[in-house]
Amino acid sequence: MNLDERLQNVSVIGAAGKMGSGIGVLIAQEMARLKLKPENNDRVYRLNLIDVSEKAIDGLRVYMKTQLLKAAEKATGALRDLYKEREDLVENSDVINAFVDDAMGVLNFASDLDLAKKSHLIFEAISENEKVKIKVYKRLKKICGADTFFLTNTSSIPIGFLDEKAGLNGRLIGYHFYNPPVVQKLVEVITSKNTTTELKELAQDLGKRLRKKLVPANDISGFIGNGHFMRDGLYAIDQTDRLKGKLRHAGALYAMNRISQDFLLRPMGIFQLIDYVGIDVFQCILKVMRTHLGDKTLRSRMIDRMVKEKVLGGQYADGSQKDGFLKYEKNRPVGIYDIRNKEYFLITEEWKKRIDGKIGPLPEGFTPWRSLLMDAKKEDKLMAHFDKLKTMDTMGARLAIDFLGKTKEIGQLLVTRGVANSAGDVNAVLVNGFYWLYGPLNNYTE
Amino acid sequence: MSFLRKKVYACAGFYTVALGTGRKEFHPKKPRPGIEHYVKEAGLGAIAQIPHPEHIDEGIIGNFVAERFCHQGNLGGFFPMVHETFQYKPCMRVEGACDSGGLALVASVKTILADLADAVLCIGVEVQNSVKAVYGADYLAAAGWFSGERKKGHAYFFPDQFARRAGACFDKFGHERVRSGMAQWYVNAIENARQNPKAQEYHNVNSDLHATGMAPPNPRAFCEHINVFDCSKVSDGGAAIVFASEEGLKKLGIDKKDAVEVVAYAQVQDDITTPPPDLTKLTTCAIAAKRAYERAAIQPANLSVLDVHDCFTIAGILAVEAAGIADHGEGADFVKDGNTKLSGVIPANTSGGLIGYGHPTGATGVRQAVDVVHQLSGKAGGYQVEIGPDKPYGMLSSMGGNDKTVVAMIFTKSE
Repeated sequence: MNLDERLQNVSVIGAAGKMGSGIGVLIAQEMARLKLKPENNDRVYRLNLIDVSEKAIDGLRVYMKTQLLKAAEKATGALRDLYKEREDLVENSDVINAFVDDAMGVLNFASDLDLAKKSHLIFEAISENEKVKIKVYKRLKKICGADTFFLTNTSSIPIGFLDEKAGLNGRLIGYHFYNPPVVQKLVEVITSKNTTTELKELAQDLGKRLRKKLVPANDISGFIGNGHFMRDGLYAIDQTDRLKGKLRHAGALYAMNRISQDFLLRPMGIFQLIDYVGIDVFQCILKVMRTHLGDKTLRSRMIDRMVKEKVLGGQYADGSQKDGFLKYEKNRPVGIYDIRNKEYFLITEEWKKRIDGKIGPLPEGFTPWRSLLMDAKKEDKLMAHFDKLKTMDTMGARLAIDFLGKTKEIGQLLVTRGVANSAGDVNAVLVNGFYWLYGPLNNYTE
Repeated sequence: MSFLRKKVYACAGFYTVALGTGRKEFHPKKPRPGIEHYVKEAGLGAIAQIPHPEHIDEGIIGNFVAERFCHQGNLGGFFPMVHETFQYKPCMRVEGACDSGGLALVASVKTILADLADAVLCIGVEVQNSVKAVYGADYLAAAGWFSGERKKGHAYFFPDQFARRAGACFDKFGHERVRSGMAQWYVNAIENARQNPKAQEYHNVNSDLHATGMAPPNPRAFCEHINVFDCSKVSDGGAAIVFASEEGLKKLGIDKKDAVEVVAYAQVQDDITTPPPDLTKLTTCAIAAKRAYERAAIQPANLSVLDVHDCFTIAGILAVEAAGIADHGEGADFVKDGNTKLSGVIPANTSGGLIGYGHPTGATGVRQAVDVVHQLSGKAGGYQVEIGPDKPYGMLSSMGGNDKTVVAMIFTKSE
């Protein structure tokens, strides 16, 4: 059964979550395009969007329509071509609305897992809980055909482990989209030793069809993305602890967040990123990795304490940021969580000025991440930025250079432990999945 | 005998900021002024320069497609908002696609010539940021032949029409040669706009404009042959200017030295249902310019300033050729060599033009008149050019559709 045939009936499990809903949007578009081909006139296309939460399904319906509309608006040129035989569709708005209707027409929304039984291709994007995943796969194995392929969005659980526990006999592959899937180009592809050749090839075809950048990672818990991010985050937390004496907790956390964003030229600070992912999700992934890797250092008391106090970060349904390590207003940090007093310390201009004074200035000629993103001379400017940082004798510059060295060390670890096949794959994940301007395996520290 | 049966003057020109992407105060998700605001702001800006605005007899409003962008018709109804004495005075809206402003100028001048009014307030207005560009492209495509062209047309209908012209010029005159001219047109537009606080590109800080102008097109995301920097802006804005007879000037309290004389104009209409005879020429623009020169009894060399309809960089180059400033096929080199810069032989689009100032479609022709009048009367501020004694003329060329509806108008300093 080829990809086109499999795309006639697809299910997404955990469809109302932020990853599942994004995957749903991508697959719905692909299925609608197939449906509109004249040779497929007599075929029925169904994308089952399945989620345990009925309430969340209502939100998902709205999300799907909104996102399909946005996608159609971006692809209007191609859609005009797709609908060229439809004389009644003349303006852009005509073809956009027609496509949204056609794509919405393939969708089935449901809370019943058994609706997936006719699917030949199933995307699983439920919570990062291996017991729940295994239970769901066991059920799917029972109700689905023997030729059904499963693509899991797990970002940490080894694929071979899940495959074995659920008895899928190589019909499972890791297909780790990045958040949000409709925007992020990266998909980490993880095959276990059992994954069938047919599924491996299908995963490659699908990636091309979805215009994603596929990066292979080996089947070691955390893979490349979380393999790097978890250790990066833990390092920042450790450094925050060390800096407490000089800057107190709030100042230390602010400093490490700012250094990772401005001094290291990342799209957001490390604590902002942990909040974005969700502190509970961060903790959960650490636990999975700790268990599967047998590495007790993959734990943080600070993270455990934040989760215990239910300060979790993550996002609201509208995509806005929930409070976590930082407090947000209009998605911008305005406060820092004070663990001791269990309340947010609000950042004032005066306080910021004082801490910034202790951190020290940015290198002369500093260009922020956003401006460098599209800069044709990005490479030269990055080199100059880090060269200047190395010559500066300030707290901020020293911490930044140490952090840069640590990210490189983590990257090297991923290669030497066989998580990544090459330094290029590590860099590709950080650049494409985390929007870094440069990969961690670079020459800037030399 | 002069083309005009009596003297007609233009004065009290004013235009608003061209609001849209590029302006610091623009935010696509925040509320913005509506079309009535721009009619009023532009009108008030003009009459503030007139001691006795109560003597304005009529209003003309140029607008292309407010019915779709703003769900608003009957625009004449906004005229009385400008001044209390305008209540119950005549006003009408004229439309000729992106030349709506040009037609508003002509309608105003004709009203004076017909002795039906001594003073006419001519306003041009458009608000386009009310919808995403992909839908705005639909609305603007009304400037073409809807039933004959739209279905087979590109998502971005007009950019594609002019991309085809660029492609034809690349084939005929050489890709690098034409592309370099287009890039230089872009550079000039932004550099001029940086001198004009009301321009949409006033805040542009790009340090390498030429590299941006030369950016390779991405046909998958936009069009063949042109990139987004080759296009005029999606803008909200208004412009206004007063036309008056000699008697009208007196009644308004305007000294002749503060006014500029309309010497001639030509309004030319091509058949919208036929394709352009030659993609490498703006044939209709050329006819309009030729007639205007003949009626003014001047040569292109007598112009000190030119304002053309550079809805795209390639249109700017072809318009310079159509105005008789450069020979056919030589426009790109002429621009590349700096001849149309503020310091050049014939400064063109001195306030930034449609690419630098912006293109609030219905307002554009009126904005062009304001700029030419300001140049001739020495009121252009940071982008003022020298008006030589042997070259006391300025010309605008305003275009609607793909070279279908054109107005050329020539002005000179008052005696």
